[in-house]
Amino acid sequence: MSLTLSQVEHIAHLARLALTEDETQQYCAQLSAILEHFTRLQAVDTSSLPPAASGSPAGSNLRSDEPRPGLERDILLRTAPDVVHDQFRVPPVLEEQ
Amino acid sequence: MLEPIIGLEVHAELETQSKMFCACPVVDTTQAEPNTAVCPVCAGMPGALPVVNRRAVEYGLRVALALGCEINLASIFARKNYFYPDLPKGYQISQYEQPLARNGRLVISTSQGERVIRIRLVHLEEDTGKLTHVGQAGPAYTLVDLNRAGIPLLEIVTEPDFRTGEEVRGYAQSLRSILRYLGVNSGDLQKGVLRIEPNVSLRPAGQTALGVKVEIKNLNSFRALERGVAYEIQRQSDLLQRGERVRQETVGWDEAREVTFTQRVKEGDEDYHYFPDPDLPPLVIEAAWAEEIRAALPELPAAKSLRFREQYGLNDYDAGLLTAEREVADYFEQAVAAAPEAAPKMVANWITGELFGLLNQAGTSLRECRVPPSALASLVGLVSRGEINQNSAKSVLGEMFTTGQSAESIVASRGLRQVSDTAAIAALVQKALAENPAQVAAYFGGKEAVAQWLFGQVMRAAKGQANPQVVRAELTRQLAERKD
Repeated sequence: MSLTLSQVEHIAHLARLALTEDETQQYCAQLSAILEHFTRLQAVDTSSLPPAASGSPAGSNLRSDEPRPGLERDILLRTAPDVVHDQFRVPPVLEEQ
Repeated sequence: MLEPIIGLEVHAELETQSKMFCACPVVDTTQAEPNTAVCPVCAGMPGALPVVNRRAVEYGLRVALALGCEINLASIFARKNYFYPDLPKGYQISQYEQPLARNGRLVISTSQGERVIRIRLVHLEEDTGKLTHVGQAGPAYTLVDLNRAGIPLLEIVTEPDFRTGEEVRGYAQSLRSILRYLGVNSGDLQKGVLRIEPNVSLRPAGQTALGVKVEIKNLNSFRALERGVAYEIQRQSDLLQRGERVRQETVGWDEAREVTFTQRVKEGDEDYHYFPDPDLPPLVIEAAWAEEIRAALPELPAAKSLRFREQYGLNDYDAGLLTAEREVADYFEQAVAAAPEAAPKMVANWITGELFGLLNQAGTSLRECRVPPSALASLVGLVSRGEINQNSAKSVLGEMFTTGQSAESIVASRGLRQVSDTAAIAALVQKALAENPAQVAAYFGGKEAVAQWLFGQVMRAAKGQANPQVVRAELTRQLAERKD
C-alpha cells in the first residue's frame, strides 16, 4: 500500500503545510510505511469481535455543569508567539468579512 | 422549469454554565474581555483531556425529544479535522456516523398550508473561537479570541424539504420558539448564538438527482434568511438558464447590498478525515434518563396554540402570536384567569395590540414590564363592564406602563370613570336637544349626519366620560320620541 506524491501534496495542503519536493518524497515514503503497517493489522481476524469506537468502555461518565475559572489570561497568552490586544495574532485569513 | 431544493443546518449554542468538554464558564462572547474563559482543554494544549458536560447532553436530548427524534442510546464523538486559526486543537469534536438523535419532524404553517419538515439528525459538538480581521490600512492580520471555543453547540440538520424562502423562515422561527420554550438557547441571531445556514440547489422539475448546492452564511435575521434564500434561488436559476454551472461553495449574505458573495470553496466531507475521538468513550444515554426528560418537556408552541384556539376561542393568528413566546402565553393565561368576566379575545387584543405597542416603543420585554397580568386584567374588567371607555383605557394603560400604578387608582385620580347611568345620560341628552333646536329641526329635515354632531355635544357635556353606547341609544330613543 503506497501513497502517490499527489496524495501527499493534498494531505499537506489540508494541514496547511508547505513542503519542498524533497520533503514530499520523504513523507511519501514514511506515510506509505505507516499504511503498510496497517495492512498487516488488517490481516488479524476480528470477525468474532463487535465493532468498537474507543479503547475505553462505553459509559455515561459525565461531568456536572459547574463552571470553574480558566487560566489567568497572562499565563494563557504567554504561550503564544504573537499577542496583540490580549488576543492571539495570526497571519490574515480572508474568508469571512 | 427549475425546482429549488433547500435544506437547513442550524447551530444553537446551549445555555449551560460551563463549556462542552471543560469547566470554563460560558460567557457572552460579544461582551466579555477576550481570552478570559479559556483553559488548557479548550485552548487545545497537549495532554488536556475532554469530559462531557451532563447538562449539555440533557439540553440536546430536550431538543431531540421535542422534535420527535429517535434517541441514539450510544452515540459517538468524532474528530472533524481541519486547520483554521479558530480551532486550537486542529480538530473540532463533533458527532458523525452516530449522532445523538435522528429522524424527527417539525410541522410548520405557511401561506400554502401546513408542511412537514423532516429532521435528519441532531448532534452535539463544540463551538470554535472567534476571529477578528484587522487591516483596512496597514498590514493585515487576524486576532483570535478563544472564549467561544468549546461552548456546547447543538446542530440540527433537516432533510432537503424546503422549496421556498418563506418555508425556511417559518421553520427557523418555529425552531427558535421551541429552543426558547425549552430554555436551552436565547434565540439571539444578532449575537450569533443561533446560526441558521440554508443550502440551496436547483434541479429540473421531475428530476430526482440533486443539483450542486451552495451554503449561505451570515444570515443575522429572519428577514435576511428569507431574502438570502430568494436571492440565491434567482442567482442559480439565472446561471443555469444561461447554460452556466453553479459552483459548490459557501457564500455570505451582504446585508447592505442584499446579495450573496463567495466566502470559500469548501473542503469535501472526506477531507475532514472524521474518526472516533479516542479521548472520549461512546456516549451512553440511559433510557430512563431520556424518558425522564421527555416527561418533563413543557407544552410546546404548536400544542399550546391548538389549546388556545379550543379553550379560549381564539383565531389562528392570535393564538400564534400569543404562543410564539412562552412568557407571553403565560401572561395571557394569567390575565384571562384574573379577568373572568372579560372575553379572552378581548384580553388577547389588549396584549397583542396596546401592550405590545408600548413594549416596542419602550424597547423592553414583557419580563421587565411594570404591568403584571392581574393589573391588565383589572383594566380590561373596567372596560368590559363599561366603567371606562376604550380611549380612556388606552391612556390609563400608558400610565400604568410608565408608573406601575393600578388601573383603579389612575381612573379615580383622573376622574375617568364613565357614566353609564341611563338617567344621568338621559338628562344630558334632553338638555342637548333643548339647547339646539335648529340642529334638531335639520335632523328631522333629513340631515341625518346632524345626529353625530348632537352625539358630540352630549359627550362634550359629559367631559368624555359618558358611555358612548348608552349615549347613542338614548339619543336615538329621544329623537324618535320627538318625531312621533
